[in-house]
Amino acid sequence: MKSLLFKTASDYLLPLLLLFSVFMLLRGHYEPGGGFVGGLMAAIAFLIHSFAHGLKETRNIIRINPGMLMPIGLLLTLLAGIAPWLIGQPFLTGLWFEEPFRFVGVVGTALLFDIGVYLVVIGATLTIMFSITETV
Amino acid sequence: MSLQEYFHFIIIPILGLSVILVFIRFVKGPSLADRVIALDMLILISICIIAVYSIMFNQSTFLDIAMLFALIAFLSTTAYAFYLEKRERK
Repeated sequence: MKSLLFKTASDYLLPLLLLFSVFMLLRGHYEPGGGFVGGLMAAIAFLIHSFAHGLKETRNIIRINPGMLMPIGLLLTLLAGIAPWLIGQPFLTGLWFEEPFRFVGVVGTALLFDIGVYLVVIGATLTIMFSITETV
Repeated sequence: MSLQEYFHFIIIPILGLSVILVFIRFVKGPSLADRVIALDMLILISICIIAVYSIMFNQSTFLDIAMLFALIAFLSTTAYAFYLEKRERK
């Protein structure tokens, strides 16, 4: 679309929305938020950018093929499930660090699981929407 | 009149009435663009309702939902505009 207003707005919206999506991701588990909503917000940020600047520039920003994000995310999720086996506990047990980290809060395998979900949601949504935009 | 009564007897009925009026435009809408704008307006009114409820029940997390909703409304309107423009060019 050839609209200067929309292009300028999308330039400022992309980093802001990505920041808010990471905030949503980190706030999850005990409060509203989590990997799915955060991933959806990040995908929306990239989509708005692609509507304003065209598909090519958005692909240049993401660098890797968004379809590749799905296996990476699933691998992280599997890793979060397998991790308790190493210390002899059942599959998918939640492990937590004793001390809360600065700015992030208490970190455990649930955060790794959420990051995996985040990547899978971004990958799936962007793959669907980019292929729709290409065929129209 | 307290704030709660003001919400219950003035703001919520006005918002409800506007939902009905906009929905009539959404159903009748002569062209597709009218329907798209009516849909956008419906989402904006529902954001207002969410904001009112978040004040009434003192829940700040509802405002995050309102923000996400506004974002999706903006995206859907731009996507409709994008595809309508592409269709007219053909």
